[in-house]
Amino acid sequence: MIMGLLNYWVVVVLMMSGLYIIIAHGNLIKKIVGLAIFQTSVFIFYISMAKVEGGSAPILADNITLFSNPLPHVLILTAIVVGIATTALALALVVRIKEAYGSIEEEDIQHLDNQTQAESKLQAQQATEGDQA
Amino acid sequence: MISHLPILQVIVPLMAAPLCLLLKRAQLVWLFALFASSLACFISILLLQQVMTSGVISYELGGWEAPWGIEYRIDKLNAFLLLIISAISTVVLIAAQTSIEKEIPKDKHTLFYILYLLSLTGMLGIVSTGDAFNVFVFLEISSLSAYALIALGNDRRALWASYQYLIMGTIGATFILIGIGLMYQMTGTLNMEDLSQRLPQVAQTRTVFTAFAFVIVGVCLKLALFPLHLWLPNAYAFAPSIVTAFFAATATKVAIYLLIRFTFTVFGLSFSFTTLPLQGLFLTLGLAGIFVASSAAIYQKNVKHVFAYSSIAQVGYIIIGLSTSTITGLTATLLHLFNHALMKSAIFLALGAVVYRLGSIQLSSFYGLGRQMPLTMAAITIGGLSLIGVPLTVGFVSKWYLLIALIEHGWWPVAVLVLLGSLLAIVYVWRIVEAAYFKEPLAGTMPVKEAPVLFLIPIWTLIIANIYFGIDTRLSVQVAQSAAQSLFGVSP
Repeated sequence: MIMGLLNYWVVVVLMMSGLYIIIAHGNLIKKIVGLAIFQTSVFIFYISMAKVEGGSAPILADNITLFSNPLPHVLILTAIVVGIATTALALALVVRIKEAYGSIEEEDIQHLDNQTQAESKLQAQQATEGDQA
Repeated sequence: MISHLPILQVIVPLMAAPLCLLLKRAQLVWLFALFASSLACFISILLLQQVMTSGVISYELGGWEAPWGIEYRIDKLNAFLLLIISAISTVVLIAAQTSIEKEIPKDKHTLFYILYLLSLTGMLGIVSTGDAFNVFVFLEISSLSAYALIALGNDRRALWASYQYLIMGTIGATFILIGIGLMYQMTGTLNMEDLSQRLPQVAQTRTVFTAFAFVIVGVCLKLALFPLHLWLPNAYAFAPSIVTAFFAATATKVAIYLLIRFTFTVFGLSFSFTTLPLQGLFLTLGLAGIFVASSAAIYQKNVKHVFAYSSIAQVGYIIIGLSTSTITGLTATLLHLFNHALMKSAIFLALGAVVYRLGSIQLSSFYGLGRQMPLTMAAITIGGLSLIGVPLTVGFVSKWYLLIALIEHGWWPVAVLVLLGSLLAIVYVWRIVEAAYFKEPLAGTMPVKEAPVLFLIPIWTLIIANIYFGIDTRLSVQVAQSAAQSLFGVSP
């Protein structure tokens, strides 16, 4: 039960830890780490799914009869590239967020945003009051 | 040439994107992007014509036979969506150069058009492909460029919104990837047609149920179904106006297309709606979405936020149409896809014009605007009436079909609730109309001129389309109806 499905257990544990990190941590870099772990678990899922026990690499040769399914491996190559692009973009965003907010903690950013909102509300209110007066 | 149309649809914007780099001047890049997008629109019109007359087009990529190779499969549903996406993209692009002049630094203009074209490529790709893994790849192409486009907004909150969208969007896309992997594991195929034939044999296994759950949740994240909508309001509110106009009309529509494709074609109607309780789930979430999002829209100060929340509510209507799982219900859904794209792109473009003149989008800056920018404000008003569903606008047509579908199905209480939801739309649209026409401009604000012509042309093209398709419904209803019929396997 456990050993026979070992690869799936690994996938599930990694997936859940990744998701947990994304949800539980307020640090933007840590969230990206969580996202990367989450994506990696899916890579492992695809790779292990296609492995045939005792199978060799899929090469056309006389003495090879049993081989692993190459398709999911190729598919996941694409997904890995996508994952890298996503991580790179996310990191670039974090750099810009750090420049704009001076922090990469979710709480601080939310706090600063609320302040901006309150200020613009106050300005609008003052403008209306000034208008009525 | 004509037989290669399905791939040209995707290749044209894809190839045009890097070519933009060679053109140095922003003006030239704009014209070139506009040209590429209109070409894509022209191709989609040809495709729709071909599909309506001679049925499904199947295109084998590189000559590899399906299901081994990647197949592009255009039926009525895809062709309809392709037309919506490419047409809206072209119309919105007309205003792009004027709008981004004020909102995006000069040195980023070329990059803006590249991202825009890539995003368009991704959306067109998702819709045209008949291969489940290809869907994931195109989904990521369109999403990655979307994150970058949203981050171009000049408010720092745009960065934060883009980051949140990135996290949510990537989780959604990865969920879809897991679902596709599980389906492949059970059937050994990625081709959607092939999947739909092989899945029923293994339908009663836990793996297929899991695959279904992952795909549906992933897609629902992308289409901002309540309660998975949290990324949407800020992403729409702080992105550059052009980006908002484009995405509000197309991005969620593409996700809804995926939902229809997976539930109706790949998993099959009986599996999605009978074996699993999707009907009740979609109905509840759709209704909750309408009420929660519409009520939230009423209390927003930022007008872009108002219409962003309204978009979430409209997704609710679309999902309710789907949840009836009848031909009329699906027709209403498809009609509303088309109609909502028309109204939201018009409204957000008009808001873009307001930002261009005023630099602000707070409700208080709308005071007295009805006299200063009459054409722009009239467009927002007509768009708003269409959102409410007033007769002679497109909004009425789709709400009408939705009500008929609900009543046919015997869901009277739902029909009443849908009408109540429209009342909430009256409230949030009225607040803007009131501000624009019945309030005096604030003291100390400079009077502004009407929006530039390059804004007015696309805005009024869309508004006239809003009215035209509200009166002459033959074209839209016919296409939506026959697309719905073909999804149910009924020959028209």
